[in-house]
Amino acid sequence: MSSILMHAPALIIALPLLAAFLTPILSRFNGKKISWFVSAVLGITLLLTLYMAGHILIDGPLIYVFGGSEAGLTLPSGYNFPIRIIFQIDAMGIFMALITAVVSFLAAIYSITYMEEHTGLDKYYTLLLLLATSMFGMEITGDIFNFFVFFEIASISSVALISFRSTISGEPAEAGLKYMVVSSISALMVLFAIGLFYGQYDALNIAAIASFMQYTQLDKIALILFVTVLAMKSGAVPMHMWTPDAYSEAPAAITMVLVAASQASLYALFRIIFTIYNITLNTVTVGWIIIILGVLSMFIGVTMAIIQKDIKRLMAYHAISQTGYMLLGVGVGMAVLADPQALESFGISAMEGGIFHIMNHAMYKGLLFLTAGALFYRTGTRDLSKMGGLANKMNYTTIFFIIGAAAIAGIPPFNGFASKLIIYESVFQFNPLLSIIAMLVSILTLASFVKVFHSAFLGPQLEEYKTVQEVPKSMVLAMGVLAVIIVFFGLFPDIIVKNLVHPAVMALINQSRYTSTILGGM
Amino acid sequence: MNIGLLETGSGYWNALVWIIAVLVIGTGVLFLRNKGEDKYKKDTNQTKPFLSGNPEISKEDSHVGASHIYWGFTEALKNYYEPLVKMHTGSINDYSSWIILVMAIIFIIVGVS
Repeated sequence: MSSILMHAPALIIALPLLAAFLTPILSRFNGKKISWFVSAVLGITLLLTLYMAGHILIDGPLIYVFGGSEAGLTLPSGYNFPIRIIFQIDAMGIFMALITAVVSFLAAIYSITYMEEHTGLDKYYTLLLLLATSMFGMEITGDIFNFFVFFEIASISSVALISFRSTISGEPAEAGLKYMVVSSISALMVLFAIGLFYGQYDALNIAAIASFMQYTQLDKIALILFVTVLAMKSGAVPMHMWTPDAYSEAPAAITMVLVAASQASLYALFRIIFTIYNITLNTVTVGWIIIILGVLSMFIGVTMAIIQKDIKRLMAYHAISQTGYMLLGVGVGMAVLADPQALESFGISAMEGGIFHIMNHAMYKGLLFLTAGALFYRTGTRDLSKMGGLANKMNYTTIFFIIGAAAIAGIPPFNGFASKLIIYESVFQFNPLLSIIAMLVSILTLASFVKVFHSAFLGPQLEEYKTVQEVPKSMVLAMGVLAVIIVFFGLFPDIIVKNLVHPAVMALINQSRYTSTILGGM
Repeated sequence: MNIGLLETGSGYWNALVWIIAVLVIGTGVLFLRNKGEDKYKKDTNQTKPFLSGNPEISKEDSHVGASHIYWGFTEALKNYYEPLVKMHTGSINDYSSWIILVMAIIFIIVGVS
């Protein structure tokens, strides 16, 4: 194993973290170039993540032990469970890390011109790097307390970025405060749940806790805490109300990263129920809890979106709605986890649909938020009632919006259709009504984006926007890359499902493989 | 054609075949369209919409804004929307209450199962 690969798990955390501390110092010398430095660092991190993904998908999980004599020495002699912090990256972890790497890199590229007129950019980029670091950490750590630390860093950096001073309109400080309160509640609950594990099993390593799991009353309480707060951080209804506030007030590039950060919480929810608890819990009950949260999120999210007039708020409600699809797909997988026949017949497919939708959603929702940012950049408003006729002047943005809107509405041949089709067909075998609701929500999603398209892009040129031009190249580039990914995933979904999604689903389901990677054959 | 062939668990999906089908059907539609009426004259009254009663409003004033779109839909679902919108108070106390409420419900469900 090459030296770079061996240390890659630590490097994808260390690089953006070190750069975060360097950014304020470097900005003292040349504040204008700091955006390029941050983009370069996140670009290198993306390459490193791709390199690791190639290795993990071929050779299996990667582990990294901090402070050990060897990076792969999980059990020092005399111990039967790990005591050091360990990063454990399996197919599911790297799947999420790829999303984080792509999204944070493109956010930095987009911000080069989107944010250039604003002051305090050293703080902006430092926080962006910290947010990326924390998301990577949440996704690759194999230690539950270490997860809590990254979870907290993600919350703190998100609060500061939502409230970033440079947002012209709206109430970013209020949105940041609300997010801070709900994040504090969730952090306390997560810490309490971790305490319950530690108190019973004397272990913080996820694989060790999974192998010791007895599903006691205390474990049940920990489960309830984890499910509630991680579903809330993912934006599940009825705990979603922070989402439109935070997503609409943050700068557009940050909103895109916040979507990925919410998905990191969703990943944590799935990791805990599948890897730590697995079939020790009542899979049907917990599966149905997740399904119901998913259906509520899908339906209430989309119906609330239809009546919005603020473009980013509308898209934020759609983010809630799309999270519902992920919860539905994976919830069905959880509900049939203890039934090998149903799991084989449709459970794995439902989970593939849900997990594939995580990546698709990060790409098309990211693109849509960037197009909303482009409209705001040129018009200075997020109010759809004040927009119109912008397709005449903003050709690229219009095309990117159409691609993103078609993808989120599940129109072929874009990526959203591929993952939704898998969800519809597999969920139909579990419960036809759920599948019908999912299809109805897609129709309402299309209706909602037709409204946005008509309001913002169609119609005659308005007098106040006669001088509007297309957005600068760095913004077009970031949107263009996302559009290309959406089209590619839509045309060749089989490549992504076979090589990324299916291994990720199997990594979630196969608890013994996760534990044996750390604990050996015990 | 195996390139792009996605197995969905119950069937198959191939976006490339779909695109080819759209192109073939689109070509057929275009062919039929070209076989149609050829007395259409550009830049004549034929191209203007027929509006009875009121004078035609200017293009700039004819754009339907976001607040007017789907008015009928939301009006018909007024009984659904009124409590739903009221639920979104914007108060952080309510945000926290929802978390506690959901936690209590899950506590009961998981506790008795």
